[in-house]
Amino acid sequence: MIPEIGHYALILALSLAIIQAIIPLAGSYTNTHSWMALSRPLVWGQLLFLTLSTIVLANAFLANDFSVIYVAQHGNTKLPDLYKISAVWGAHEGSLLLWAFLLAAWSAAIALFSRNLPLPVVARVLSVMGMISIGFLLFLLLTSNPFDRTFPVPFEGRELNPMLQDPGLAIHPPLLYMGYVGFSVAFAFSIAALLGGKLDASWARWSRPWTTVAWVFLTVGIALGSWWAYYELGWGGWWFWDPVENASLMPWLVGTALMHSLAVTEKRGAFKSWTVLLALFAFSLSLLGTFLVRSGVLTSVHSFASDPERGVFILIFLLVAIGGSLMLYAWRAPYISGGGRFDLISRETFLLGNNLLLSVLAGLILLGTLAPLIYDAMEWGKISVGFPWFNKMFVLLTPFLALLIGVGSISRWKHTDAAFLVKQLRVAFVVSLAFGLLTLLPLFSDGNLMVGLGMGLAMWVVTSHLVNVKERLKHKAGFNGFLRDLSGGGRSYYGMILAHMGVAMFIVGVTMVSNYGIEQDIRMSPGDTANIAGYDFKFEGVSEFPGPNYNAHRGRFLISKDGEQIAILLPEKRTYFVQTRPMTEAGIDWGLTRDLYVSLGESLGGGDWSMRLYYKPYIRWIWIASIFMGLGGLLAITDRRYRTARKRASSTSTLTAGSSTPAAAESHS
Amino acid sequence: MSRYLRFLVPLAIFAVIATFLFKGLDMNPREIPSPLIGKQVPEFSLPLLEQPDTQITNKDLLGKVYLLNVWATWCVSCRAEHETLVQLGRMNKVDIYGLNWKDERAAAQTWLRQLGNPYAANIFDKKGRTAIDLGVYGAPETFLVDAKGIIHYKHAGPVNPDLIRDKILPMVAELKKKG
Repeated sequence: MIPEIGHYALILALSLAIIQAIIPLAGSYTNTHSWMALSRPLVWGQLLFLTLSTIVLANAFLANDFSVIYVAQHGNTKLPDLYKISAVWGAHEGSLLLWAFLLAAWSAAIALFSRNLPLPVVARVLSVMGMISIGFLLFLLLTSNPFDRTFPVPFEGRELNPMLQDPGLAIHPPLLYMGYVGFSVAFAFSIAALLGGKLDASWARWSRPWTTVAWVFLTVGIALGSWWAYYELGWGGWWFWDPVENASLMPWLVGTALMHSLAVTEKRGAFKSWTVLLALFAFSLSLLGTFLVRSGVLTSVHSFASDPERGVFILIFLLVAIGGSLMLYAWRAPYISGGGRFDLISRETFLLGNNLLLSVLAGLILLGTLAPLIYDAMEWGKISVGFPWFNKMFVLLTPFLALLIGVGSISRWKHTDAAFLVKQLRVAFVVSLAFGLLTLLPLFSDGNLMVGLGMGLAMWVVTSHLVNVKERLKHKAGFNGFLRDLSGGGRSYYGMILAHMGVAMFIVGVTMVSNYGIEQDIRMSPGDTANIAGYDFKFEGVSEFPGPNYNAHRGRFLISKDGEQIAILLPEKRTYFVQTRPMTEAGIDWGLTRDLYVSLGESLGGGDWSMRLYYKPYIRWIWIASIFMGLGGLLAITDRRYRTARKRASSTSTLTAGSSTPAAAESHS
Repeated sequence: MSRYLRFLVPLAIFAVIATFLFKGLDMNPREIPSPLIGKQVPEFSLPLLEQPDTQITNKDLLGKVYLLNVWATWCVSCRAEHETLVQLGRMNKVDIYGLNWKDERAAAQTWLRQLGNPYAANIFDKKGRTAIDLGVYGAPETFLVDAKGIIHYKHAGPVNPDLIRDKILPMVAELKKKG
């Protein structure tokens, strides 16, 4: 009986979504206050019913109710409770439910934090959110009902995919989805603005914090997925250019462009139609990502069981959502007024460069991801686009991004003197160039140009921002001035600095691990010692070890350097009882400057095993970088400007709103 | 005019992508043609599910067009496709033989009693040896075999009424015509 309550709650949520999509929107045109005011209670109602639905499904897993097909397929009595919960979003139906639930949660957040927005705007935004919700709820109910029953009831469930039985992956999908779904807010704001024909600075200011929050979730979610792939898949890599990874990277790149473009629109009123387009694309790519995983159009290690009926539904949904919004764009955008003028050397120009580079990167990934499909459809044969192509494209374009970061963040809106830029940045430039050249010396890299380029660029990002901070603090009395700045209106500025430091760390991590990483595939007998990068890996043998729902072979390694023991690594190879495929658990000794990584291969008989041993310098910096970026984003949205600005927004909608903040903050944030 | 056309570019790009995605729905990127297509059904000699003492071999099946369906009671998708098979059985257009794969005899017999039995007979492949010869990588899978014992088509995953109507039955009719 209980699962039917969950099912029923879904139907109720759909009914509310339909009303929400129509009535408040109609009210905004007929200026009927009560219709518009209906939007908030409707959103709360949806959230209530979807929460109920989600709890019901979680409860079915905890109670081992195998009469529910979804639970029978992904649950098991022996599954630890944590994974029973994460099994809720461990496969297609449940992850869609999570999508719908998070969409309702974001809608409720808008309802809650929009007290200072004009009611017609709130009504339109929430109506658009309701439309998206209709799509997802219909998809759930028509093709992917997680509450479907089966009879007779199986004795035991088939268990969650062992790959997903991991704490990192238990929270990875919710974070990622928070990002995907979060871009729906910027999307809804844009559609509402296009409908209302009012795209102005206050629109950009309302969208900005929402976009940043979604971006933070997406950043951390992607990084978590990358970290998981690193320690769980046993290949020692951190990014595989898998279609599903690409599907998350595309909205991230466009979302990053959107954040920067919104800044221009808010501050200068420029780029309006471009910013709107980015907002539409960021969410469209999130939807496309969802489609690619589930439709069966592309193969991927992540693919959920695919089904053509679902594929058709999602495609029609995409067509309506993306096609419809782009049509609206084509109709309305020509009437958007141009923004403030700017000179060639100005912050606007540099941010435009950043936008174009990020969009081109996203476009290239889209092309690479869809290439196999395009080839197949055109009957040119079957191809796969892999690692080397994507890597080449990224190495080709990202250095320009890194260069722009330094120049863009220090230049002024509207017009910057070339002489000022040269004066500010010459020291940073010389230091970075020298540092890059230094790393080319035999002692470091023996003339490896990639290392020189990477390290030089990382140094450039750091030093140009140091100059930037110094310039800002010149007029503020020392450290106390800095603290006052931080507690006042400077947070979005320092958030930017923090996030850009993350970029520098990321460059260091990628450069080091790509050029100095060592990998060895070897056969070892108990007692053997292998030496990699000065570390001795002593293999002591493999023993069996029982887990709650698996059996493990656990290897034991003593790691020492110069005769001194520094770590014991226990890599495992697990065989899960239900889904009998073997899973690796790498043994990792992590450190800020290097990871030592052991992964068990196959038993070769007589106690011998094939092994993979890795030395991964600075790989942690890649993930720590994403934490910096995330913290930077969080710091930025706590900026006082958004709280005070919100109050002001309802009374004024001129492009110069925000001019009451101090001039210094103006030029930097 | 360029002022208006410019804003249609995103829509145009999306239209191209959507066209490919729609085409992509009909293609199957996983479709690796079975190496067995055009080849004989591998030799086997196994007991019947219904009568443990009676052996059935690949030679017993020669002389008629039939479907060979790999199934098991532990397989959730097999349960999903079973109703479709029962309906196909009622049409009397083609014989269906089951290859009961790595299963318990009692459980399989109960399944057929409760859910209906569309099979002309079931081959009981307890050890999964014949399934390996057939290149089965997951139940359910369905093979279409002609009167000479040659495999003409293989479908991995549950069959559905559309597939039977649009693909399997037309192929059956053609193979029967050829004799």
